Amino acid sequence: MTENRSKLNKELAQMLKGGVIMDVTSPAQAKIAEDAGACAVMALERIPADIRAAGGVSRMSDPQMIKGIQKAVSIPVMAKVRIGHFVEAQILEAIDIDYIDESEVLSPADDLNHIDKTKFNVPFVCGARDLGEALRRVAEGATMIRTKGEAGTGDIVQAVHHMRTMNGEIRRIVSLREDELYVAAKNLQVPLNLLQFVHENGKLPVVNFAAGGIATPADAALMMQLGAEGVFVGSGIFKSGNPAKRADAIVKAVTNYNNPVMLAKLSEDLGEAMVGINADEISILMAERGK
Amino acid sequence: MRIGVLALQGAFIEHIRMLNNLGAEAFEIRNSLDLLEKPDGLVFPGGESTVMSKLLSDLGLFEKLRSLIISGTPVMGTCAGLILLAKNVEGGVPSIATMDITAVRNAYGRQLGSFETVAPFADAGNIPMTFIRAPVISNLGKNVRVLAEVDGKIVAVREENQLALSFHPELGQDTTVHTYFLNMVSGTI
Repeated sequence: MTENRSKLNKELAQMLKGGVIMDVTSPAQAKIAEDAGACAVMALERIPADIRAAGGVSRMSDPQMIKGIQKAVSIPVMAKVRIGHFVEAQILEAIDIDYIDESEVLSPADDLNHIDKTKFNVPFVCGARDLGEALRRVAEGATMIRTKGEAGTGDIVQAVHHMRTMNGEIRRIVSLREDELYVAAKNLQVPLNLLQFVHENGKLPVVNFAAGGIATPADAALMMQLGAEGVFVGSGIFKSGNPAKRADAIVKAVTNYNNPVMLAKLSEDLGEAMVGINADEISILMAERGK
Repeated sequence: MRIGVLALQGAFIEHIRMLNNLGAEAFEIRNSLDLLEKPDGLVFPGGESTVMSKLLSDLGLFEKLRSLIISGTPVMGTCAGLILLAKNVEGGVPSIATMDITAVRNAYGRQLGSFETVAPFADAGNIPMTFIRAPVISNLGKNVRVLAEVDGKIVAVREENQLALSFHPELGQDTTVHTYFLNMVSGTI
């Protein structure tokens, strides 16, 4: 990836800010998401809650299914590959995907290495639980970061924890003296130049979204007030009683996340929320995958 | 000068930063209450036009913004913001429809078709231009002037108080386009 391509890929993420990226499993769902105001869709065969329920190995989706979704909507289409599976990424690049999510929601293909994302022209988003993970992914070429949260649970606690951790660490790095950044980079296991960027700018070098467990307009607004630049909603929409209405409400909640009067109206009469699973009660923690 | 920047979704902070750097005051427009005080100028940023169009309609902003523009308030639309201004949109996104142009959405294809280039803008000489899943402009009305072309495609136009660009002047450091727009607001061009 040339420097110019990396810049363009960061800039596409900038255009997605303030928006909601929704998981969809069919062209029909993609259309519902677009009509509800999604700024992009994530095409996958099964949403995280179903991946969790089904168990076994979960892989990149069928390219034909992804192409069907590309035809159905005009907004950017993203898709997931397994951590470290650079051939799945080559395949998605070949079908002209707009963004690849190297995702812990799928079964990891490599227990040590992530994809060398600098070798691709197509952009990548990666999950992170803290500043160290986020900057390691950026060093590997990711041009957008999201919290890992705990996908498929409808439990917001992990996303909150990850966002607070990341932003707390950023505040700490800003407060350091310049000559303390060397050892901070050593301790966080990240490249010095990226840490220097954080020190000078008080933010990650790329856009940072919230993901993993967002189920309500209030959840989405909570993540925005905690500093997310936008949100991913996975199972929360199409596992709920009225997907179109909930999707619409979450989009508006992200735009007006600081307006409690509007949030109250948006939270009314949305039907059943997705059935939540307490993140403490599950056996597979997806967020533990890929550090 | 107070410039209202549409802040429903997309790269609005980048515009606000650029305007502030040039000494203009900027505020966010998120719902109709934000328009109680009349702005001196309007900016529609880049982002997803489908999202902004839907939110403009649901939040009751379409008519308010249209009447501001028709009554002469200077406006600049970049990328998705250009689509919001266009009277005709190929691919059919409902727009504010004040500018006599046709916008062709995603004219360069998906993200792998995004690019940077340098080209002349108005009479300001060459400036850097960033195109991200960008639209182009066709079918100009008789009062629409072309301000920039890239590879034979029209990427910047002006119609009286309205300025529309396919590219993103809010990204990067070059202030040519924002300076041009602020001159429109102050009435010098």
